[in-house]
Amino acid sequence: MSNKENRRPLMKVEGLKKYYPTKGSDLGSYKEVVHAVDGVDFEIYEGETLGIVGESGCGKSTIGRQLVALEKPTEGKIIYQGADISSMSIRQLRKIRTQLQMVFQDSTSSLNPRKQIYDILAAPMLYHGIVKREDLDNEINKLLNMVGLPKTMKYRYPHEFSGGQRQRLGIAKALSLKPRLVVCDEPVSALDVSVQAQILNLLKQLQEELKLTYVFIAHGLGAVRYVSNRIAIMYLGKFVEIADTNDIFINPIHPYTRALFDASPLADPQLRGRKRIVLKGEIPSAVNPPRGCRFHTRCPHAIESCSILEPKLLPIKPGSSHKAACPVVLDKGVENA
Amino acid sequence: MNQNTDASDNKNSNIKMIIKRFRKHKLAVVSLYFLVIISILAILAPLIAPYDPDEVSMAFSRPPSKEHWLGTDQIGRDMFSRLLYATRVSLFVGFAATIISSIIGVILGLIAGYFGGIVDIIIMRITDTIMSFPYILLVLVAAAIFEPGLWNIIIILGLVDWPGAARLVRGNVLSLRETNFIKGDVVAGMPNRYILFSEILPNTIGPVLVYATSVFAISILDEAALSFLGMGVQPPTASLGNILNGAESITILTGKFWLWIPAGVLIILLVVSINFVGDALRDAIDPSAKE
Repeated sequence: MSNKENRRPLMKVEGLKKYYPTKGSDLGSYKEVVHAVDGVDFEIYEGETLGIVGESGCGKSTIGRQLVALEKPTEGKIIYQGADISSMSIRQLRKIRTQLQMVFQDSTSSLNPRKQIYDILAAPMLYHGIVKREDLDNEINKLLNMVGLPKTMKYRYPHEFSGGQRQRLGIAKALSLKPRLVVCDEPVSALDVSVQAQILNLLKQLQEELKLTYVFIAHGLGAVRYVSNRIAIMYLGKFVEIADTNDIFINPIHPYTRALFDASPLADPQLRGRKRIVLKGEIPSAVNPPRGCRFHTRCPHAIESCSILEPKLLPIKPGSSHKAACPVVLDKGVENA
Repeated sequence: MNQNTDASDNKNSNIKMIIKRFRKHKLAVVSLYFLVIISILAILAPLIAPYDPDEVSMAFSRPPSKEHWLGTDQIGRDMFSRLLYATRVSLFVGFAATIISSIIGVILGLIAGYFGGIVDIIIMRITDTIMSFPYILLVLVAAAIFEPGLWNIIIILGLVDWPGAARLVRGNVLSLRETNFIKGDVVAGMPNRYILFSEILPNTIGPVLVYATSVFAISILDEAALSFLGMGVQPPTASLGNILNGAESITILTGKFWLWIPAGVLIILLVVSINFVGDALRDAIDPSAKE
C-alpha cells in the first residue's frame, strides 16, 4: 500500500461484459439474457491483493472465471502481458494458462476423488515441463510443506482429508504451476471460522514468499479486509466503488458500500447504536437490471436523475485512487457524507 | 524406497476395501462363485463334455440316464454336452456384445457430454432414434437383413445396446464438467485427452461397469430370444436359445422336460446372478462409501 508510485498493472480489464442466455434450446433461439457482468474496468497491480465484494449473484465469481480464461467474455478485453487473453486461440492461451491459476470455493470438488494427491499434483507439472520426472518427488514434498501438510500424506485420496486440508491442497495445486496471478474464489467461505484464519494467513504468507498477485473474491467483509490491499464493491454486475482497503473502510462513499458495511456485525458494543443504512427489498433481477443507477431502487439517497443517468466510476477527488459511482453523494461533498 | 512401499500399500488397501465391501453382499458373492464355475465349465467344455455335441447316436429323446446325464435330443445328441457348448456360445455372445456396446456408448457419451453444442445434439438425436424403436423389432429386422449367425448376432446386439451407455456417460460427463477439478484442469491448460481419459473416464467407469453387467444379462436374454425365434445362432451350433427352440412343440414341453428345463434354468440363473454381481459392484467401487 505504501509503494503506490511503483505500482505496475499486471492485468488490465476493460469494459468487461458477460451475458448468459437464460432460455437456451437446441435450436439456439433465446430471448432473455442475464447481465452477470455489465461493463467493468479495473487494473490488477503486481503483488497486490484486490478484493471483490458483493452479494451472491452480483457477478463477482463470473469476473473471476473470465480472469483465468475459463469463459470468454461477451464483450471487453482482459489484457495480460500486452495481449488480450479473451481473444486468444486455445493454443496461445495454453502458453500463459499456468500463470493464471484459481483456488475454488468448494475444495471437495476441486480434487479428483479417484486419484491420490501425488497424481493430482504431478500431472499438470509434468505436462507443462515445470519439473523433471526425477525431481518430481522433491517438488511435491516441497509443495505440501509449503501449504503446511506432511509429505507422508501425498499417497492419500482426497476424501481422507478435512475441509481445511483439502483447501490447502487446492492451494498447492494452483501454486504447483508457478502462477503470477491467483484468483481466489471465496476460498474460505465454506470453512470453519478457526480454519478460515489459518487459510487466510497461509495465503498471505505464500503471497510474500512467492510474490503472488491475488484477486480475492468474497462476500464476507472480514476476510477481504484482512487480506486485501484494495477492495472493489460490486452490485448487479457493476463496480460501485473501488479504493485502498483503509480508505474504503474509513470513508465509504457509495450508499451501497455503506449499507454493506453497516450490515456486518461489530465487535465493539459502543458502536452498535450508530445510525445505519438498512437496505430494503431484494436485489433486482440481473435479467432486467434497473435503468440508470442499478442501486436506485434500494438507495436511501436516490433522486430523480438516478433512475435515468447511469453513474460512472469517478475519483472522489481529482487524482485520487478512490473511485465511486454515485454523483449524488459526491456532489454533496465527500467529507461530510 | 520407503515411499514406494507406502504407495503400493495404499493402492492395495484400496482394492482390499472394494473386495471387503463387495463381500458384504452375500448373494453377490454366491452369484460370483456361480458365474466363475459356469464360465470355467463353459471354457473347458471341449475337455469336460463326455460326447461331441454334434454327434448323433441311436438313442433318440432318451430321459436322463447314467450314460447321458441330461438325456438326449430328438436326433440322439447328448444334452449335457450340448448344454456346455451352448453356455459357452451364449456367454461369449453376451460378453462380446457388451464390450462392443460399452465401447461405442462410452466414446459417444464422452464426446457428446464434453464437447456439447452441435456434436452433442447430433449424437443424442441418433441415440433417441435408436431408443425409440421397439427393441426386439429392431434386432429382428437387423437379423433379417444380415444373415443370422454368431458374429452377426454379436454385432447386431452390440450396435443396438449402446444408447443406454451413451446417455449414462453423457449425463455423468455433464455433471463432472461442472466440478472444480475439471475446471482446474482447464485453467491449468491440460489437454482434452487428459481431461477426458484420465479425469472424466475413471469417474464414470463405475456406473458404466454396473450398467455393462445389466447389458451383459440383457444380451444373454436377447440372444436366447433371437435364437429361439430362429434368427440367432444357427444350428447345429448350440446356444441356450436354440436349445429352447426345441421346446416349441407341446409334446416336448409337456413330456420331455430334460430338453428344455436345464437350458431355461441356466439362463435364469445366469441373468439373476449377473445382476446381483452388478448391484454389489456399484456399492463396492464408490470411493466415498464408508467401510
